[in-house]
Amino acid sequence: MQNHILSIILFTPLVGALVLLFVPKENKDAIRWIANFFALAGLLVSLPLVPWFWAQRFEPGFKFIEGAAGNWIPSIGASYVLGIDGISFLLIMLTTLLGWISILSSWTAIENRVKDYYIWFLVLQTGMLGVFMALDFFLFFVFWEAMLVPMYLLIGIWGGPRKLYAAIKFFLYTLAGSVLMLLGILFLYFHHHSVTGTYTFALQALYDTAPRIYSDYGPHVATLLFLSFFFAFAIKVPMFPFHTWLPDAHVEAPTAGSVILAGVLLKMGTYGFIRFSLPFFPQVLADTTTHLGMTVRGWMIFLSIVGIIYGALVSLMQKDMKKLVAYSSVSHLGFCTLGIFALTPLGISGSVLQQINHGISTGALFLIVGILYERRHTREISEYGGISNVMPIYATITMIMFLSSMGLPLLNGFVGEFTILQGTFMENWRWGAWAVPGVVLAAAYLLWLYQRVFFGTVTNPKNEKLHDLTPREVATFVPLLIMAFWIGLYPKPFFQILEQPVNHTMAMARPDYPQPAGSMNTTAANTTAAVQPPAIVAPAANMPTSPTPPPVSASTKMEGTN
Amino acid sequence: VVWTDYLLALPITLLALFALGILLIDLMLPKEMKWANAVTAFIGVLFSAAGVYKIQLWMKDAPLSLGMLNTMLVDRFAIYFWYLFLAATGVAILMSVRYLETEHENHGEYYALMLLSVAGMMCMAAGFDIVLIFIGLELMAISTYVLVGFLRRDRRSNEAALKYLLLGAFSSGIFAYGLSLIYGLTGSTNLFIIGARLPALVHSEYKPVAIIALLTTITGLLFKIAAIPFHQWAPDAYEGAPTSITGFMSVAVKAAGWAMLLRILGFSYEINGRVVSWGLISMRPIYVPLLVFVSIATMTGANFAALTQTNTKRLLAYSSIAHVGYMLLGLVAGTAAVLSPDGIKGILIYLLVYTFMNLGAFAVITSLRHRNVIGDELDDLNGLYSRAPVEAVLMLIFMLSLAGIPPLAGFWGKYFIFLSLIETGHYALASLGVLYSVFGLYYYLKIANAMFMGKVEKGEEKLPISFTMRAALGLTALATLYIGILPNQFIELVNWALGIAQNPAVANLTH
Repeated sequence: MQNHILSIILFTPLVGALVLLFVPKENKDAIRWIANFFALAGLLVSLPLVPWFWAQRFEPGFKFIEGAAGNWIPSIGASYVLGIDGISFLLIMLTTLLGWISILSSWTAIENRVKDYYIWFLVLQTGMLGVFMALDFFLFFVFWEAMLVPMYLLIGIWGGPRKLYAAIKFFLYTLAGSVLMLLGILFLYFHHHSVTGTYTFALQALYDTAPRIYSDYGPHVATLLFLSFFFAFAIKVPMFPFHTWLPDAHVEAPTAGSVILAGVLLKMGTYGFIRFSLPFFPQVLADTTTHLGMTVRGWMIFLSIVGIIYGALVSLMQKDMKKLVAYSSVSHLGFCTLGIFALTPLGISGSVLQQINHGISTGALFLIVGILYERRHTREISEYGGISNVMPIYATITMIMFLSSMGLPLLNGFVGEFTILQGTFMENWRWGAWAVPGVVLAAAYLLWLYQRVFFGTVTNPKNEKLHDLTPREVATFVPLLIMAFWIGLYPKPFFQILEQPVNHTMAMARPDYPQPAGSMNTTAANTTAAVQPPAIVAPAANMPTSPTPPPVSASTKMEGTN
Repeated sequence: VVWTDYLLALPITLLALFALGILLIDLMLPKEMKWANAVTAFIGVLFSAAGVYKIQLWMKDAPLSLGMLNTMLVDRFAIYFWYLFLAATGVAILMSVRYLETEHENHGEYYALMLLSVAGMMCMAAGFDIVLIFIGLELMAISTYVLVGFLRRDRRSNEAALKYLLLGAFSSGIFAYGLSLIYGLTGSTNLFIIGARLPALVHSEYKPVAIIALLTTITGLLFKIAAIPFHQWAPDAYEGAPTSITGFMSVAVKAAGWAMLLRILGFSYEINGRVVSWGLISMRPIYVPLLVFVSIATMTGANFAALTQTNTKRLLAYSSIAHVGYMLLGLVAGTAAVLSPDGIKGILIYLLVYTFMNLGAFAVITSLRHRNVIGDELDDLNGLYSRAPVEAVLMLIFMLSLAGIPPLAGFWGKYFIFLSLIETGHYALASLGVLYSVFGLYYYLKIANAMFMGKVEKGEEKLPISFTMRAALGLTALATLYIGILPNQFIELVNWALGIAQNPAVANLTH
């Protein structure tokens, strides 16, 4: 069971989609029940992962690895290999949770073409899980691209008035970034071959050789290569100025689509940065040569800060609730990328935690907007007012989620943002200082929104008869509320899970950084560093300073012995 | 000369015999029995395939074999293309049965011409003598001219046939002129001897003549594969031709053009430690810049032209021109003097996947033709999903595959082309190519949008799909998905066809 747990989690939704194919489309209720069954099953089969993973959270390397080299396309060296570490573990749990919640929330929201809707949604779920699980770069790329298709259809068929425009824009925009990444992947593939004589897409093998591109081909090529990955991830995140697809896609997507889009899809970009950009190009980030006035890393930080401030300011100006939440994502994801490129252990683990937080709170915000939209079919803020009088439960839940999103202590958002800012301050206090206004602005646009929609008396007669949440709707919020409080009150388990992968990433991305000192749990970090397999740390540690290139034999020998 | 010398032409002979047989049987068939012609043609294709298989078995150890008085080179490359032509023809026959009935043009000549054109294609793929190649080309081309104009009562079809005939004859003339110059220079029509004698000539006072010969030959070749600026015939011919023939032309005729192009421009492969090369390969430094220009022009022109099309067949015509642009990049890959084996591998895989996905797309369009609906306008696809959900989903698969989204077959064509470019350092060309492929997604999505998100305009009735059409759709969709998800054996097949050793350097890593 443990050996195949990842495949089981990965394919449960797909099996559900296949089963749905055989249900007649007139039988809407049966379709809904089956889809919800498989969505819940998807969540349930992922739950055993929690204790199993917890037991080995400090152990080095990827866990639950399955699949062997050459089991898929041996002639090009691509294989079906899955495995997770703490970062992907948290994102997978987020995905299965949000997947279930979104499918549950669609019960009454989707009335036409119910069958296709659930089929595509379940396919999407498999695609997203695959991105977080793949340990083979090629497999990763296939999931990364394949997942675009169901999302495109979800927006395009069940979306709002401008759905066609939004769907095509989403598809083209993200595809444009990822095809350049494919070229980057191929470059790494051939570089790996020229170094070791082996054609492979295995992530761990590329970790060994990719950093050497900087010395083998020079800073220029390495920077271009960094950019080819950067575009794919930055568009996905989205970082300013690549964010323009996001408001369109979010506003037009059906509620559940928005939840998944904000909750999971955007995380694939930040995940890509942590998983690929940082370990592959440590010297590019350490490089002090400037391009257009800033270093590469400086640009990353700059774009993150601009995203934080810009996203928040634009949110303030929105008249449409959903658009407001969409732009707030730009701002929140700015924090995530800021934490990543601060390149401190606290920054990165804060960033991952904030990604989870954003999935929880923004996912909830989209659900909140969706519930009101389902009842009134408008998202104009000016149409509402005094909703707390007619929908008290709804108003309470909304308040908690707004507070969580703006980063109030005791709720999850605070922990994430605080850790990111702390990590950023440790690196450069100016960066942190520029980012802090984002927190203030978040409070401003959210509280102002709350005031306009919920407080006061009911001014619009159409709002007088709105009914409060149904038990099913409450059920969609309960897990999110629990998670929000848990992370807010006791985040330690999450940091423990993140410790090993973050330290590992730091060791590759910034070998000169004094490692154990910056970590949160010193004893565990020491063991981690000690048990670290030499093949992964050794080349990384040698890289930037050592005058001679790291020995080729070390990495090839490791590959040979396994 | 031993008798086996002629045996190598067995599949071609069989096709020609069946074609003649169909013409005879057709005379005896009553009007409502005309479908029997399709059956005969299909059996002919099967027999021919069995013949190819026999030759493959017979050649087992020999990498190549010269036949028909040294005019034919039957190597794995030729066998690969033979199978490809036959597969495409088989599917095209399945597509045609109901369509011809609807058009009231159910004549036996249709299938006879189809088989004859395949016989021509086989000569092109296996030709090792420029005369045989040219004869094969003309046999194929003339059969196709007639097939394009097969809808006698349709003015568009007539116009298309005339246009295709005029431009085709013109280009054949230029091509023949180039070949005659090559013959004049080298004193031989055999590609191997030409390949051996050309290098010396290129560095002599005959260089200008050699360059003119090269340019005219390449013009003829580029015309046949419809590369810009020699593409003008394609959109018109594709739009006017019977839809089943459009599908046939866009894959089989195109693949034959490519086989001929590769044969004449030449590539080299290693067999038993000996490097075999022929044709104009020694002039590669001269024609590569030309190919770069043509492929950029083709990708640019075709992708932009496709954006504004409102006719599905015309849109797919431009899309198929764009695909030629990507494939030409595979020919550019490598150094100025040496063609990268991965580049030509990319082209072969591209042609394989393109055959299935494009035929599938045309099968869907063909199935839209019923009663009074022509069904080739983009608007006819509106709301297809509610009328024929299975066809709509299959069409979506074909469109995404054409756009190169993994894990569908079309991705692998593009993957190997761009892989060969990255491998040989053509980063800028690779970036341009992938960006154009994103660009291309836009017009494929236009079709998807119409099917899934458009409103039905003309009637709500279900689309009648014949049994043979179902078979054609099923086969192409299955191939598109299967090659897409599990491409390994197909990659090995192409490696086999090109004599590339199965990559020993591929990872034996455990993670």
